[in-house]
Order: sequence, then C-alpha cells, then structure tokens
Amino acid sequence: MNEVITEEKSESDTQFEPKILGFLCNWCSYAGADLAGVSRNQYPSNIRVVRLMCSGRVDPVFVMDALIKGVDGVLILGCHFGDCHYGDGNYEANINYEMLNLLLKNVNIDNRVEINWVSAAEGTYFAKIVTDFTDKIRSLGPSPMAKINTPKDLLLKMKAIKQVVYDPRVRKLVGRERKITESGNVYNEKIDKGDFILLLKDALNAEYIRNQILLHLNEEPGSVKVVSEKMKMDTTTIFEHFLVLQQRGIIDVLEIKGFSPIYTVI
Amino acid sequence: MDDDIRIGIFVCHCGTNIGGIVDVPAVTEYAKSLPHVVFTQRNLYTCSETGLNAIKNGIKDNNLNRVVVAACTPRTHEPLFRGICSEMGVNPYFFEFVNIREQCAWVHQKDKKKATEKAKDLIRMGAARAALLEALDKYQIDVKPSTLIIGGGISGMSAAQVLANQGYETIIIENDTELGGQLRFHYSLYPGELDPQKVLSIKDGLLKNPKVKIYTSSKIKNIDGYVGNFDITIQKGEEEIKFTVGTIIVATGADVLKPVGLYNYDGKKVITQKELEQLIKSGGFNHKKIVMIQCVGSRNKERPYCSSICCMTAMKNARYIKKKYPDSEIVILNRDIYTSGTYQETYYREAREMGIIFTRYNKLKPPQVGKDTVTYYNESLKENIELNYDLVVLSTPLVSYSESEELSKMLKVPLDEFGFFLEAHVKLRPVDFATDGIFVCGTCKWPANVPESISQGYAAASRVTRIISKSSFSVEGSTAWIDQDKCIACEVCLKKCSYGAIARDEEDRVVVRTVLCKGCGACSTTCPEHAIHIRHFTDDQIESEITALMEGD
Repeated sequence: MNEVITEEKSESDTQFEPKILGFLCNWCSYAGADLAGVSRNQYPSNIRVVRLMCSGRVDPVFVMDALIKGVDGVLILGCHFGDCHYGDGNYEANINYEMLNLLLKNVNIDNRVEINWVSAAEGTYFAKIVTDFTDKIRSLGPSPMAKINTPKDLLLKMKAIKQVVYDPRVRKLVGRERKITESGNVYNEKIDKGDFILLLKDALNAEYIRNQILLHLNEEPGSVKVVSEKMKMDTTTIFEHFLVLQQRGIIDVLEIKGFSPIYTVI
Repeated sequence: MDDDIRIGIFVCHCGTNIGGIVDVPAVTEYAKSLPHVVFTQRNLYTCSETGLNAIKNGIKDNNLNRVVVAACTPRTHEPLFRGICSEMGVNPYFFEFVNIREQCAWVHQKDKKKATEKAKDLIRMGAARAALLEALDKYQIDVKPSTLIIGGGISGMSAAQVLANQGYETIIIENDTELGGQLRFHYSLYPGELDPQKVLSIKDGLLKNPKVKIYTSSKIKNIDGYVGNFDITIQKGEEEIKFTVGTIIVATGADVLKPVGLYNYDGKKVITQKELEQLIKSGGFNHKKIVMIQCVGSRNKERPYCSSICCMTAMKNARYIKKKYPDSEIVILNRDIYTSGTYQETYYREAREMGIIFTRYNKLKPPQVGKDTVTYYNESLKENIELNYDLVVLSTPLVSYSESEELSKMLKVPLDEFGFFLEAHVKLRPVDFATDGIFVCGTCKWPANVPESISQGYAAASRVTRIISKSSFSVEGSTAWIDQDKCIACEVCLKKCSYGAIARDEEDRVVVRTVLCKGCGACSTTCPEHAIHIRHFTDDQIESEITALMEGD
C-alpha cells in the first residue's frame, strides 16, 4: 500500500510542467481571466500572461521569439469577432495566427500555438481553455526547442520561420489580407479568402526555403548542390530560389569551384 | 544609463487574498535579487492609506524611478498607483502592475507552492518590463459640453433632466413616436400604487427645457469620433441629421418577452403581465378566476437569469384585482418569490393576507394550461391539482432588444451573453463602459424596476458631468508613432487603423494623429519595415517579458 502511494507521489513530482505563455488583450480576455479569479475558477498554474491592449498587437515575431527561447506553448486570446474594443484587431490577430500556423506545420510545432476568443463575461470558459491547452501541451511533452540539445537542423528552420515573419514581403501580404479579400486591391479585384490562402501558402513556402538557404550560406558559402543536400530538396527548386535571391541582390557568386559556382551572402 | 534605473517592488498581501496562498515574504525576498531592483517591501493592503504612504516613502527614501506593484488587476487599481507615482514626481508610465491575485492566488488556491513560483515569474517579467518603460505624457483634447442620450424611457429621461437642469445641452433620440418607454403601458407602479403619469411628468419639463433637443421616430445611423467629440448621424424619416456631442448615454431599455409557444399563450385568454396592465388601463378587465404563472421563459437553460421585477409586478396586479373585485380568485403559481428590500416583503405578506394564493410548482413538472383549467403538480400533496380559470397571466422576463447588437458595434462596447449591455465593472464602474465618454443606464444593461432605472439615470448623468464640466479631457499617452527613417510609406497601416488615426501629413509623410490613436497596436504587427512603435507596449518591452519568463530556473 505504502509503495503505491510513494510511486504515485514520485510520478506527480516528475510530471512534466510545461511553460506556457499567454498573450491576452486588455479588454476581453484579460478581463475574462480576472473574472475567472473573482469567481475562483481553478486552472493549472503553468500559464504566464503578457497583457497587451489588443490581440492585434501580437506580432508573429513575438511568438517565434518565445518558441525559439523554448516556451512549450503559446496561447493567444482575444475578444470574440465583432466584440473587439478596437473594432477588428482580433481579425488581424487571426490572420497573423493562420500565417504562423502554416509555417509551423513545416516543423510540426503548429500544435503548440493556439488562438481563441474569450469575452469579459466568460471567466469559466477562460479557465477551461487554459486547462485544456495546458493538458494538451503536457501530453505533447517538452518543446524540442526547450531541450539542451536542440537539433541544429530544427533550430535553423525555426530561425528561418522567424525571418519569414520578420521580412517585409509576407508582412505586406498579410497586412493587406482584409483589404484584398473584403474591399479589393487597387484594381478593384476582390480575391476570395480561399484563393488568398493559396497565394499566401505559395509566398510562405518560397520565403521559408529562401530564408533557410540564406541561413545555410551564412554558415558557410556553398553551391546549389551542397545546399540542396543539406536541405534534402531537389536542385532545380533550390536553383530557382538561388536565382531569385541573386536578383534581389542578397547573394552572389563568390568563386567557381570545378564547374559549380559557390554562392555567398552579400 | 542602466545605472540610473532604480526599481522599487511592492508586494501586496491583500489580507489573506494573496498572502493566504502565495508566500509573500519569499516572493519579496526573491524580488530583491532582480536586476535594477533597489528596494522591496510587502504591504498588508497596498491600496490602503498605509500602503500608499509606504510607496510614497519608498520612492522618497530610495530615490526610486520605477515602481512595480504586485497585487490585483491593473484593470481596477492602475490609475490609483499611477496617481501616487505622479504625486511623487515619478512619471506615471514608469509604473508597472503585476497581477498576482486574480490571475495567480485566486486561481491556484490548491497549490500554494506553484502559485508562489508563478508569482515570482510574473514579478521577474514585470521588473524586466519596468526597466524598459519610457516616460510618456497624456494628451489633452477639447470636450464639447453636450450629451446624446439614446432612448427616451424613464432612465434616459432622468439622466436628461439632471443634465439639462445643470445647463448642459442634451439631445434625446427615441425610436418610438413619443418619450416614455415601457412606463406608458402601466396603470400603476409598485409600491404605494403610484400613478405612472406622475413619474412621466418629467417629460413635460424636458419638452419645455430649451437645453433639451428631442428627436422621436429616429434611429442612430452612424457614430464616429471619440470622447469629447462624437460625430453622430441620425435618420429621422427621410432626413439625415448630423451633430457632434461630447458624451453618450445608452438607455435603450428592454422588451418584455412574448411567450410564443409557451403555456398556450394566445394573447386573449392566456396573456402576459404587460398585456394585463394594458387591459386594466383600458378598462377592459372583467375576469373572476385568474391564474398567474411566474418565471415563464426565465430561469431556464436559455435564460438562466432572474428578471427580478416579475414577482412584484404579479403581486401588484393581483392586489389591484383583489381590492377592486374582492370575490375574485387569484392563484400565483411560482417557483420562488423574490421580495428583497425593506418594503417588498411586507407587500408580499399583505398580498397573502388579502387572500391571494401563492403556491409552488416544480420546474421539472411545469403547469399545463388547458382550455378552462390549469393543472399543476402540488409538491406537498404529491398530486395534480386542477384550477379553473377565465384568465391566465404569464410573468415573462425583460429581454434585450435585438437592435442592441448593431448599436453595440457602432459604439464599440460589449454585450453580455443575453444581449444586455455590459458595463466596465459591476462594482467599480457600474454605469461606465470601458470606452471613454460612453455610459449606460436602465434596463438595457439588466432588468431593473422604475426606482432603480431612475437612480441609474442619475448616476450616468453624474459620470457624464465629470467629463463635460471640464473644457478638456486627457487621453492616454500609450499611442503609436512612426519612425520616419524607417517608414517607406507603403500604407499597409493606413488601411488597418479602425480610428483613421494614421494619415498623410502636409509633407506627404505617413503619420499618426495622436489624439485619435487608441494604442491597440494592430498597425505595428504587420508594418513591413518595423517602423511603427507602440508606446508603452514596445517590441523591446514585450520581448523583455518573454526573455524574463525563460530566465527562471
């Protein structure tokens, strides 16, 4: 009998306690979290909250920053659609999240970031969301980024994703999403949401590959073939991206070794 | 520069609220070890006179230039502590609030150890942020000393009366053809059987007052602007009228639920309390056997709330009938009777003494309304009882108007799950909205009786005068600004701003019009060049919190 109890105790002692970062908007979700407190709704203590005025302030760069630093899960909570104190900041948060989610699928970390909507009146619901998310992250185990020996390959890919969300191209596209899908572009062409996502996917995919190429070349100059092998991708695709990067004036040929040009970041 | 940062951290016990869960002495000791922290102290109640003096002395004695308070939620007490900082010559934006009550002690009561660890983490994050805070100034905007009151019911009229009597320009907009709201349909008001016309007489005063402008049969079409200067467009028939006001009071009232499909409701033999009142008022009432059913369509799954006025309304009507027709038989089928306050319980006792029968029905076995009889299950007798009737009266709750949703979006204020307007805080800011310059009163925020609606109207009016009695209003300093060295004028932000706060200036640069900016930060998150900075929520400040979170052991 005693043995069973000690076993249980030791299990709970060694239970993985994830580090969870919450981005809460001041007006709805933070107020909902306050209400959970006032109502004494109990939930796991893993979450650490950063209060922002609006979920629209959650720059994807912040989320990538947190993930790279080893946070096990990121929870973004805003107002319900139509309830945003600022009108539509939560729509902006949502498209940013969708974009980040697409990118994180490449490294299987997409399930560690979640977005949800909590009103100021939903204290119990807030507690439920946090509990469910904590349980989910706990069952996923520690983030691969949190381990002491983070695979070098994964770290490079995560850095590439952070760069994608930092760079102007994707930010311009995502920033104009609602304009393009709701009121049309400068030519009054309205693109529906589905088409926009396809467009976004293409852009994300290309930028993701290009940023990985840049990080590899930053480590050491190399040929198309060497970088392709490192990235486990076919040379034709990689070559096309090399050309784009060269046209943009970001990389150039350093020397010719044998028959292969060796590229470097300018 | 770094050496100049002197942080003081004040950890609050909040009596046992925090102190009973979080190990405050240990947390305070830990806070000492954080960078730039030169002073820490724990207080029983930081928001008390003693606590505030402790902060003042802490600042004075230790030359603090950053103050961190770890206590309750910034949503309620931040202005207080910022005020103290200001008083002591520390810029109020050098104050940082760490919430270890609502989001720590109160929600992790079962695990004191983990709650303490969390409090340490949160304070570490707060201190890291505090070190990067920047001094900011508030902006002053001009205030137009006028008020728009949406809804001309008793609550809205009461607010208008107070404001107009103080000499402020007041505009009432009413959907209906005349002022008065629900009060027009009553023949008497409880208690004391007061004639509603007496209460409604304030209408005459409003109609005569030159400071009051009334638009009936009108609808709000658009609301723009901000506290001090709301641009309003209303539609009156074909005509569109535009004007500017300094503040807005929402007093749109509530509707009585029409119990379609419940208890064979037909509006003739089975009617609502409101319809009964109209019947009595028009003199068409001549029934002898009356059965009233309480909580029709309320306190159920769909509407779990108690409408709070129906018990008294049913009693008022029953007493009136019984007094006028002593031989009438009245049974009030109820689940419970709600008679709070000093007079209502007496009112209830008197009703029973008059011979009105109050009997309980079971929620799970609701009464059945037949052609001439109501059958209900009597819990005490454990059997079904049949009551003959010639009139069934259903007590239905107050429900929100469906138009509230559209209005709430125009005003950018929230509704609760039942469609009633949600005030900023039930106890601390009862008639305020979170948005500056917009207030709420009467039944559009919760079912209320006439005296309550009137006092809420007075309350809203008094909150309004706080703003319009001064010529200017100060706006938060946490706004966006654009770094012109980085900006490429791509205008992604321009279309994103809900407030039209970003525009081209005379020199064709993209700039933020600070008074319009609310500091939400949506423009910054997709700025391709990272040129937009959100004051008080800068990238550095937010990233410092993330870094500090991961610095824990």
